[in-house]
Amino acid sequence: MSTSKTHGGAAHGSVKEYVWGLIWSVILTAIPFGLVMSGALDSGLTLVIILLCAIAQIFVQLVFFLHMNTSSEQSWNVVSGVFIVLITLIVVLGSIWIMQHLNHNMLMGH
Amino acid sequence: MATTDMTIAPEADYDGFVKEEHHHDYAGDTLLGFWIYIMSDCILFATLFATYAVLGTGFAGGLTPKDLFDLNFVAVETALLLFSSFTFGMAMLGAQAKDESRLFKWLGVTFLLGLAFLCMEMYEFYHFSSEGADPTTSAYWSAFYALVATHGLHVFAGMCWMIILVVHIKRDGITEENHTRLACLSLFWHFLDIIWICVFSMVYLMGVM
Repeated sequence: MSTSKTHGGAAHGSVKEYVWGLIWSVILTAIPFGLVMSGALDSGLTLVIILLCAIAQIFVQLVFFLHMNTSSEQSWNVVSGVFIVLITLIVVLGSIWIMQHLNHNMLMGH
Repeated sequence: MATTDMTIAPEADYDGFVKEEHHHDYAGDTLLGFWIYIMSDCILFATLFATYAVLGTGFAGGLTPKDLFDLNFVAVETALLLFSSFTFGMAMLGAQAKDESRLFKWLGVTFLLGLAFLCMEMYEFYHFSSEGADPTTSAYWSAFYALVATHGLHVFAGMCWMIILVVHIKRDGITEENHTRLACLSLFWHFLDIIWICVFSMVYLMGVM
């Protein structure tokens, strides 16, 4: 099955690719669920592993399900994606940062 | 001088219409445009996640997520959505092979998985509300329902889109246009799965810790 043919930034996949995507996604979902349900590790370490698994699974799905790569046909998809990740970080982290300072200044931070 | 480089002589059989190539670009432009829509949808979810993070401790003395969240239930929801993403991929392969029955079979499975997910989510909302945690209970639960229900509404929209596409494909077959529409829906459906990864990680897993 050919995977090289592209359609304006949406390459075609193969059964093998989707099965690998599914296997990786199941593993990366099972790890954080298992850790939180069993409570095996302390909460700080669990938090880090949850975040790492989530980020890894997002990449797994982008590569195996959405067939993103670094080819020139997809450069605009990647550029807009990186831009949105930046905006998302500014919105989420900026909001948390500002509101924490606001709570602190209003003496509500406890 | 510079403009002469831009001028391209028409093909020998040019009859005033650009057939093949124009069509191909149309599909590519549509997909890129839809991708940019999805990126803007990311900003919608980013604001909802930011709201959720900021209001994350505003329980107003009421119920907390630790009292209500059931991780086994969420694990099943997650599995349904993850497998639906996989089955949609199988449906896309059916469409690429121009095999209508294979496409409809996998699209049907995807629809049923999406429906099961939505039913579980609505049951969950009903259960939480009847336990005393509805959207008006506290800032936390307002943010929770806004975020999770927005994702649910997207899943519902995707399922309506699936029904409409099946009608289109039954009428016209797997044409270039229908294939482009299917590819857009595929982007949308996989995107919803990616948003759900963030929801179960930040809301459910971190909520019970």
